[in-house]
Amino acid sequence: MADSQFDLIVIGGGPGGYVAAIRASQLGMKTAVVEREHLGGICLNWGCIPTKALLRTSDIYHLFQRAEEFGLKAEKVSFDIEAIVKRSRKVAGRLSGGVGGLLKKNKVTVIDGEAKLEKGSKAPKVVVKGKDGKSATYEAKHVILATGARARTIPAAGLEPDGKTIWTYKEAMVPEAMPASILVIGSGAIGMEFASFYSTLGAKVTVVEMVDRILPAEDEEISQFAKKSFEKQGLKIITKAQVEKLETGKAGAKATIKVDGKSEVIEVEKVILAIGITGNVENLGLEALGVKIERGHVVTDGYGATGVSGLYAIGDVTGAPWLAHKASHEGVICVEKIAGLDVHPMDKSNIPGCTYCHPQIASVGLTEAKAKEAGHEVRVGRFPFVGNGKAIALGEDQGLIKTVFDKKTGELLGAHMIGAEVTELIQGYVVARQLETTEAELMHTIFAHPTLSEMMHESVLDAYGRALHY
Amino acid sequence: MTVEVLMPALSPTMEEGTLSRWLVKEGDEVKSGDVIAEIETDKATMEVEAVDEGRVGKILVEEGSEGVKVNAVIAVLLEEGEDESALKDAGKAKKESKSSDEPSESKKNGKDDGDDSDADEDADSAGKSTSGRSSKDAGKGKDPKRSSSKSDGSRLKASPLAKRMAQLEGLDLSDLEGSGPNGRIVKRDVEAALKGGAPKAAAKDAAPETKAAPAKSEPGKISVASLNLEEGTYEVVPLDGMRKTIARRMTASFRDVPHFPLNIDLELDALLKLRSELNAKAPEGVKVSVNDMLIRACALALTSVPESNASYTDEGLVLHKHADVAVAVAIDGGLITPVIKKAETKGLAKIASEMKDLAARARERKLKPEEFQGGTFSISNLGMMGIKSFASIINEPQGMILSIGAGEKRPVVKNDALAIATVMTVTLTCDHRVVDGAVGAKFLAALKPLVEDPVTMLL
Ligand SMILES: Cc1cc2nc3c(=O)[nH]c(=O)nc-3n(C[C@H](O)[C@H](O)[C@H](O)COP(=O)(O)OP(=O)(O)OC[C@H]3O[C@@H](n4cnc5c(N)ncnc54)[C@H](O)[C@@H]3O)c2cc1C
Repeated sequence: MADSQFDLIVIGGGPGGYVAAIRASQLGMKTAVVEREHLGGICLNWGCIPTKALLRTSDIYHLFQRAEEFGLKAEKVSFDIEAIVKRSRKVAGRLSGGVGGLLKKNKVTVIDGEAKLEKGSKAPKVVVKGKDGKSATYEAKHVILATGARARTIPAAGLEPDGKTIWTYKEAMVPEAMPASILVIGSGAIGMEFASFYSTLGAKVTVVEMVDRILPAEDEEISQFAKKSFEKQGLKIITKAQVEKLETGKAGAKATIKVDGKSEVIEVEKVILAIGITGNVENLGLEALGVKIERGHVVTDGYGATGVSGLYAIGDVTGAPWLAHKASHEGVICVEKIAGLDVHPMDKSNIPGCTYCHPQIASVGLTEAKAKEAGHEVRVGRFPFVGNGKAIALGEDQGLIKTVFDKKTGELLGAHMIGAEVTELIQGYVVARQLETTEAELMHTIFAHPTLSEMMHESVLDAYGRALHY
Repeated sequence: MTVEVLMPALSPTMEEGTLSRWLVKEGDEVKSGDVIAEIETDKATMEVEAVDEGRVGKILVEEGSEGVKVNAVIAVLLEEGEDESALKDAGKAKKESKSSDEPSESKKNGKDDGDDSDADEDADSAGKSTSGRSSKDAGKGKDPKRSSSKSDGSRLKASPLAKRMAQLEGLDLSDLEGSGPNGRIVKRDVEAALKGGAPKAAAKDAAPETKAAPAKSEPGKISVASLNLEEGTYEVVPLDGMRKTIARRMTASFRDVPHFPLNIDLELDALLKLRSELNAKAPEGVKVSVNDMLIRACALALTSVPESNASYTDEGLVLHKHADVAVAVAIDGGLITPVIKKAETKGLAKIASEMKDLAARARERKLKPEEFQGGTFSISNLGMMGIKSFASIINEPQGMILSIGAGEKRPVVKNDALAIATVMTVTLTCDHRVVDGAVGAKFLAALKPLVEDPVTMLL
């Protein structure tokens, strides 16, 4: 006997799950969310938000160090790592509480506990084991899995956190003391954000990356630009490097790295593993239901359907890109499809990606190389921050905005940016892509002066040989 | 109010084009959708459809005019009840539209007018076509391609990218139903339509009337529904400009021209031998093909039988003074016929190099209209594809087309004994209105010795 009956049960209260639940409720479905740990998921508690809080501190600290440049005097500037972490946790706590409020307001039932699935008739049954150890069974017409993901580890190579010396993002977010040296393994967004944070606060940071460039998902030119900026800041970057062995001792860790066939030993105080993400697909009873899982992620169609009647999956558990806004949007699409609304699968090339290191990096759509691979004849525009008045006034004259257009149709295939505030700028291009503007509309758009966004205009003009200020 | 017909932009980079043909005369009544003229650009030939009903009051741009600016007024339609006096305003309207069409904006923005680097050129034209388009949008549905309004007059909701793609591919957006918010036509709809994924609108319209479809469809138009096919068993490739032109011209020719074929066999051994000798001694980069030699031989035969180098008109037979030989070149999605002009005056090396250049640019669709228009005679060669003989359809207004089959070793009778020779069958299709059987035969009789004793063509 089921304890309760719902139209929709969402498993996981992250940005995928709670947004899906709110949308379902708006559409009149009786909805519940099951969450075992913290509403808001990784994003609010251990991901997007607390890291942004930390990076805000390191950005301000960085500016303090440049005070003189701006005519200010700031003497004996120092920091308190405990207070930095405390602020970050407070920010996370405040938002997590906010999600609880939102769900309540939208009449979504929150069920505390760990969920598991069992065979049901129309949709799988949801069995929730509460904190008190007691189980209850719930039935719903539809069940959405939004269980998220966690840091990938490779125990065989010693790439496994021990919580003390070898960290994942979780430990890296709450350091007890400031380490003198850190090795970051993996140069994706998470790795580079921590590298940037710790380096700015004075740690000696080394980043190792397996492929030939950092931030491998970004446009090659942006990767190169980022590498130069980081190296100027004192980061050490080793590409085409494979960590062969990772040993821990009293003083820290010893990493054996193979570069160009030669082995090299790096000794550091702490190691941060940022070698990828793997979906939370275990202990859910998915195998018994016949859910298809590939490389640690649930396989779905464009609307989140898993192929098992009444069971859907969204967010990090379904694979790349592992981004909160992707999770939320998939949630909305999935629920609207269930409700019978006229929806389309997400166009992944319209998902912006942002990295909040210093300098910031943001992009949407195809890189120049990918565009050419896909058979497009391209027109490329570039505009450097040194040509922009606002950037110079801000003291942020290092950066680049690159745009890639289809030569024939004028479609904005991709935009790639590095520099101050680009994570806020990218949305202009995302809207342009979603509305399917061509170069013509972008050229005729009026950009406010003086703003960094003017560079977005100039980059477009440059693609057609018409840049005005460079 | 008179209705102006404007020169359409067939692509975003198009600034001007050739008005190649009028399909209506002053005084003709036209309905919305009637094809009234043909426009050519470097890329394609397209049809201009009337958007409004009316009578052709005045044709302002003569057919054959090159360099007609996009958005120039090319004709004026008179609406019901209007007479020629209404035309007085037309000239004025023309001037006005000219000045408003003149995109001073792009001039201002162009960094350097003198600089005609690739990027600048395109940038300028991009600017022009945008302003051109917007002024057309304001032109109350006068855009002959109807890209901004539905046929029922309501505004067409489509993304700029969808409009651009439709324009490039010659797709009429008003036939599509958009899948975007509020029915907005977006990229995926255009892509689906181009792939033949049955534009939703068409499918919807056709579905409930499958049986009645043939009756409903416009006279002379063949609808997909009329094929009575099972859904899902086919796909529809949209007609591009080239396909439409081929379909229309070939149908008209086959229907209106009294065709007849004449064929003869030509021995090729001497020609092949001469060709290898020539190529062995030719300067670097020159390579004469069998086809080049046939072009020259035909040109000489045409000059020696002037009555065969002719076109039919109701006013009289047109005898051409030069042999402009058009050569059919198969390209992706169709074929095109670049012309070797005054071929009788050109040596083999010259013909070979011109042909090489024309064929290469034809494949890239980069021929200028004057390079593939005209021609007094055509050659179509399918020999390299192993075709033994075939009879081509006349390329109007030419009087003859020669179809060339494969050269192959065949038994022949020489001096009453069997021998082996390399032989090729050629078929001459003639327009009986201008080339009678005997005239065609005379042409072939002139051609034969030139091919079989090819030294004569070097004279
Ligand atoms: C350090 C870091 C920084 C990041 N920065 C950004 C960023 O700047 N921008 C960005 O877009 N993304 C960022 N991300 C990624 C982002 O956090 C994720 O993409 C996002 O959280 C995915 O949302 P989700 O709802 O799919 O899963 P999650 O947020 O992981 O939520 C899943 C929830 O399900 C719960 N759960 C799991 N299993 C069960 C079960 N059996 N029963 C009940 N509950 C269960 C979990 O407790 C969790 O709360 C970052 C990630 C990390 C680690």
